[in-house]
Amino acid sequence: MKTISVLLILSSLFWLVSACDALLPGTPADDQLLDGPIGDLTPEQNAQFLRGDVAFNNEVFTAATGLGPTFVATSCGSCHAGDGKGHPFTTLTRFGQIDETGNTFMQMGGPQLQNRAIGGHSPETIPAGATFSRFTPPANTGLGLLGALSDEQILANADPDDKDSDGISGVPNLIDAPAYFQPQWFHKPQTTVGHTPRYVGRFGKKAAAVDLQHQTVNAYKQDMGITSPFDPVDPINYAVSGQAGDGVPDPEVPGSRVNDVVFYLRTLRVPVQRNAADANVIAGKQLFVQVGCAKCHTPEWTTPQSDVAVLSKKTFAPYTDLLLHDMGKGLDDGYTEGTAKTAEWRTPPLWGLGLSKNSQGGQEYLLHDGRARSVDEAIRLHAGEAAKTTERYIQLGADDRSKLLQFLNSL
Amino acid sequence: MVGLLVWTTSWAQTDTTKSNPAAFDQLFGRDTTLRTAKDVQLKLNMDATYDRPFLSVGKSPVSVGGYLEANTQYMQTDGVTEGLSFQMRRMTIFLASTINRRIKFLTELEFEDGTKEINIEFAALDIELNPMLNLRGGIIMNPIGSFNQNHDGPKWEFIDRPLSSTTIIPSTWSNVGFGIYGKVYRRNWVWAYEGYVTNGFDDRIIVNGENRTWLPATKANEDRFEESFNGVPMVTLKTALKRRRVGEIGISWMGGVFNKFQDDGLVLDKRRRVDVWALDFNTVLPTKTVLNGEWCWASVDVPTTFSQQFGRMQQGGWLDVVHPIVRRRVFGWNTAVLNLALRVERVDYNVGKFTETSDPIFDELWSVVPGISFRPSPTTVIRANYRYLWHTDLLGNPPARTAGFQFGFSTYF
Repeated sequence: MKTISVLLILSSLFWLVSACDALLPGTPADDQLLDGPIGDLTPEQNAQFLRGDVAFNNEVFTAATGLGPTFVATSCGSCHAGDGKGHPFTTLTRFGQIDETGNTFMQMGGPQLQNRAIGGHSPETIPAGATFSRFTPPANTGLGLLGALSDEQILANADPDDKDSDGISGVPNLIDAPAYFQPQWFHKPQTTVGHTPRYVGRFGKKAAAVDLQHQTVNAYKQDMGITSPFDPVDPINYAVSGQAGDGVPDPEVPGSRVNDVVFYLRTLRVPVQRNAADANVIAGKQLFVQVGCAKCHTPEWTTPQSDVAVLSKKTFAPYTDLLLHDMGKGLDDGYTEGTAKTAEWRTPPLWGLGLSKNSQGGQEYLLHDGRARSVDEAIRLHAGEAAKTTERYIQLGADDRSKLLQFLNSL
Repeated sequence: MVGLLVWTTSWAQTDTTKSNPAAFDQLFGRDTTLRTAKDVQLKLNMDATYDRPFLSVGKSPVSVGGYLEANTQYMQTDGVTEGLSFQMRRMTIFLASTINRRIKFLTELEFEDGTKEINIEFAALDIELNPMLNLRGGIIMNPIGSFNQNHDGPKWEFIDRPLSSTTIIPSTWSNVGFGIYGKVYRRNWVWAYEGYVTNGFDDRIIVNGENRTWLPATKANEDRFEESFNGVPMVTLKTALKRRRVGEIGISWMGGVFNKFQDDGLVLDKRRRVDVWALDFNTVLPTKTVLNGEWCWASVDVPTTFSQQFGRMQQGGWLDVVHPIVRRRVFGWNTAVLNLALRVERVDYNVGKFTETSDPIFDELWSVVPGISFRPSPTTVIRANYRYLWHTDLLGNPPARTAGFQFGFSTYF
């Protein structure tokens, strides 16, 4: 009896061990993931990527660690679940700039509404008379490749005077770069009459951030009220906080932390297209070009030399031109940034579009403020420079529209 | 001297269940033997504090005991694993003293994760005026739910403590305070009550690194053993009823103010309450299958200036099913028991809907833990668990899946 019991136990243990793999949750399919590093990083780069990953997704700020005094979110990951698109719950609001001459509400909390506050402070409200726009957080995927493109490449697609008469202009948002901005060889200062040199913006709904460091430093400060050596002053709104900060010595995070997050964002993977060989998807891609979508949603780019090897000379398909386009009155919120006009929006990358639901709670909240509840609705809301293209889309037969949508959802 | 030690260690070293399996059930407060044995005292979860094996030396009024639990585990989340870990979860030492026939003292000193956390979990003096009226003061275990008071590792067939009992109710949750308790026996019934006023929570429950309402964060406030965070005592009340052959049901409530609403006589905020309710039960089916469960709700008055990420309402619970499949002499152990066990648990850290979309807020867990446990004696358990856990984020995105194997032991000593 004893022998049988021992054998029974041993065989059970053997079965358990051999069944281990089957009983453990495997890695989600590669084409379902947005997080993880792009390509093969060196061990040193992997270490920095991991540090950035932890800072981005795990570091939660509290009043004791510098949050606020007013803020929108307590961590980077709060707004970018799984590095994907955000949700109306995480949408932020910017206000106060009605034209390209600048924001006149900076002393009243502009440009970003911090609608939450730590104890002893009041959250901000939008000042009377200020126009505003709501921004749904974008996906973080493939930002490094977009950041590695040269200004020259981006400007090559600009057509501010619509010289080709296709109804589509495309202009860069020229940005006053922050003092800490260190131009790379591919950044070309743009001189305009009566103004100091400005740089081509490429990140953000209005392309108001010159590079990922600019974007990250702004997000730390404007979204979380976290100061860094690059911008060591808390967001102070005299209307709600007096002159009091959050009481935590500045800077609240070291520069190395910001740089780690920047590196993490630079080296996040790009979305993998799904069903690329499907006949409908292939046909949909042809229709995408045929209808005219690709005029702004530029399908393919190749990066020049980069200081990060995995970003060098890479051909990729983000479906954006990184330029501003007038999208018509319907999408004009009366708010803008940089030299963009209020109706102008940067062409958003479409890669990862089909995975939006995985980060938006099983639903879709598209366009800059999440107002479109499907890809089809988002297309139909395109106007201004995109009006003719939208019309051509609507004129397609239901079958062709379906193919085009299948293609977009495969991205 | 050796003889004295051998004699005095009789409780722990001798298998007292050798000829009396009821001892096993008595230890666990289960009345599986009541249908066959004589009139055995009806034990409740609230009795767990003293319902432990102790050693006493000679005629010394001081008894010593404790328990130890350690395990190894291999867990994996969506294909990513941290590998194999060995964990020394906790070692707890009890010291009890019968100062007088009706005056008792007990303390429980716990070392968690090696010496990462060292806590006096319990250190209270009990004075019996009447079985219906006992006074208790010191560091007490707030009687919320069942697990907080009845948490000793060797009593459970699972390596991990229940999620809702550790992340909504911050077990083990103890505070300084005073209170009363009592019990009444009537034939097949026993009814008991407990009521305490103690120090309580602080604002860490909504200002913490978890990015959610997290009651356990308040345990980092070591000052709670010295002073109240806001001067308002927390009240904990529990009542339990047990009927022989049917089971025990307990209802408990714990509530108080968690924020510093005034300082130096100046008003800083309104009084913000945290309230926790719990319902617990346990029973033994005719098949000897033990059912044990607890469900709790927590309501927190989160300031409107906080994000909805911080839940205003939380709820969760667990159900353990333990069925003995072998109960006889095994490998020379006279009353060894082999159990099959299953725990199902759920926690919702944020009950509500987004104001922006009216969609439900998620941030919830489901977990299933099948296991097998072997008890060579009632005071020692060797257990193997398999856990599968689904964690859905705030927005309701596809859940992260974690699963893995755990193997370990827990024993009184």
